[in-house]
Amino acid sequence: MGRITLEKVQKKFGDVEVIPPLDLTIEDGEFVVFVGPSGCGKSTLLRLIAGLEDVSGGEIRIDGKPATDLPPAKRGLAMVFQSYALYPHMSVRKNIAFPMKMAGMSQEEQDEKISKAAEVLNLTDYLDRRPGQLSGGQRQRVAIGRAIVREPAAFLFDEPLSNLDAALRVGMRLEISELHKRLETTMVYVTHDQVEAMTMADKIVVLRAGNIEQVGSPLELYKTPRNTFVAGFIGSPKMNLIEGDIARKHDARTIGVRPEHLQVVDSGGTFTGKVGVAEHLGSDTFFHVHLDEMDEPMTVRAGGEVGLSHGDTIHLSPQPDKIHRFDDRGLRIA
Amino acid sequence: MARAITPGRKAVNTAIGAGIGILIFFPILWTFLTSFKSEATAIADPPVWFFFDWTFENYGAVQERSNYFRHFWNSVIISVGSTVLGLLIAVPAAWAMAFVPGKQTKNVLMWMLSTKMLPPVGVLVPLYLIFRDWGLLDTRTGLVIVLMLINLPIIIWMLYTYFKEIPGEILEAARMDGAGLQSEIIYVLTPMAVPGIASTLLLNIILAWNEAFWTLNLTASNAAPLTAFIASYSSPEGLFYAKLSAASTMAIAPILIMGWFSQKQLVRGLTFGAVK
Repeated sequence: MGRITLEKVQKKFGDVEVIPPLDLTIEDGEFVVFVGPSGCGKSTLLRLIAGLEDVSGGEIRIDGKPATDLPPAKRGLAMVFQSYALYPHMSVRKNIAFPMKMAGMSQEEQDEKISKAAEVLNLTDYLDRRPGQLSGGQRQRVAIGRAIVREPAAFLFDEPLSNLDAALRVGMRLEISELHKRLETTMVYVTHDQVEAMTMADKIVVLRAGNIEQVGSPLELYKTPRNTFVAGFIGSPKMNLIEGDIARKHDARTIGVRPEHLQVVDSGGTFTGKVGVAEHLGSDTFFHVHLDEMDEPMTVRAGGEVGLSHGDTIHLSPQPDKIHRFDDRGLRIA
Repeated sequence: MARAITPGRKAVNTAIGAGIGILIFFPILWTFLTSFKSEATAIADPPVWFFFDWTFENYGAVQERSNYFRHFWNSVIISVGSTVLGLLIAVPAAWAMAFVPGKQTKNVLMWMLSTKMLPPVGVLVPLYLIFRDWGLLDTRTGLVIVLMLINLPIIIWMLYTYFKEIPGEILEAARMDGAGLQSEIIYVLTPMAVPGIASTLLLNIILAWNEAFWTLNLTASNAAPLTAFIASYSSPEGLFYAKLSAASTMAIAPILIMGWFSQKQLVRGLTFGAVK
């Protein structure tokens, strides 16, 4: 079981409030991703849950029991760090065995769990190696192995894929998602990468300056972002946010249109501009279009191959039901 | 681009380097050679270098006159004892300063270092009087305590530097894995700091072994280590170069041999963390 509740949890470093009082519930078995730009307090929030930082106020409960004053070891949580944080002087086997040794588990039980974890994570051939002799991906798997064997109430991941190269990151992302499906244990995952958040999460928590901007499923956030910050942060390439006369026509201060909801039309259309950069990926073509009425180029995603290039005139038309409207405070207008 | 070095310049540099090396090593070589000469050959003018009648009589005479092994054991006990005692105090102190620093940590470190700037002779009289009143004069216990205190700032500084190099996330991982403070220090911190602790141990044994000011001033005979043993040969009764050389060779040989065998460990410890 791993239901985690935060009630009015607050964190100050000296006089600086990095996390104003916030409430959040993480349901048992849920995969929750904290996402936000760097410095938004997502890692601090995770460390508060882990017990590696003390809260300045509020209450943390794990499975209904107060955990605010418990040391990290007593919270029944396991953590995977960005730097892997493996014990460099121990073999892979001893690294994975360490939490069980600390828990006073019998040697037979340890051996059984190690071989099971090694099998799941493809580490069987590497058990006697030291962390220094492993690749980044293998090291991260050892860190995950060390977390699994404890059978924790919840796993905490602190940007676990940031140190891996792009190809490996995609592979590990799938592995972690599969692990979650198999173990059905609560996972709390911190990342600044919205693609990781969208692909892995059951529930995304978008943070900015310690405040929760929105909580919801990936598609809820994609379809109905609560404000311009979430609208710009979720989705790749990011949503085009347009102000001025065009927005006023829609009775809004700002309107948002995602690149994939703009259609390239032969003539007319809502927007007309010149192609700046065209990125031909084969499956898609991205155009960065300069419009007279906008300072920033507008991004357009056209399916398949579209034969326009730098300097060509382009006509664009947004899908009418996919226009997001925001008011003066940047909040969504229903 | 790599710097271009011509063969000629390389040869000149090598010669200069070798020259400086020989200059530094020369007194040790002279002492070593003289220890095998008779007193007459030792003061011969012009000096005789290699072609003389090699003799061990000086070593025999020295051992007979002043019982080398008693001093040797005193040196071993004092240097190892003061270093181990120092480590027992310094490991927790350095741990606290490296991993749970307070506002005054930097000041405390600087204050400790500042004690090394004080000339030892400045505290000789008060320390001598304390030792006299407490009955510590000419005892090994007294010397262990004083050398431990003299070297403690260096031990703490070295360990502090090594501990700082250990990533905090690894200790946090241990905490998440259920390790208490004691397990964290025994199973994670200490094994990772072993190279640093080992080089601190070696360096401080060498420093304590060679320490002459306090060992000469606070001992007479019972607790006198090898430094006092050498000093006893430069007496006003007249200089016996050959016997003095034999005594010096016997005194520096153990630490030189230890240093030679542990040089890898020493260098590794001293450059710890320089290159990731």
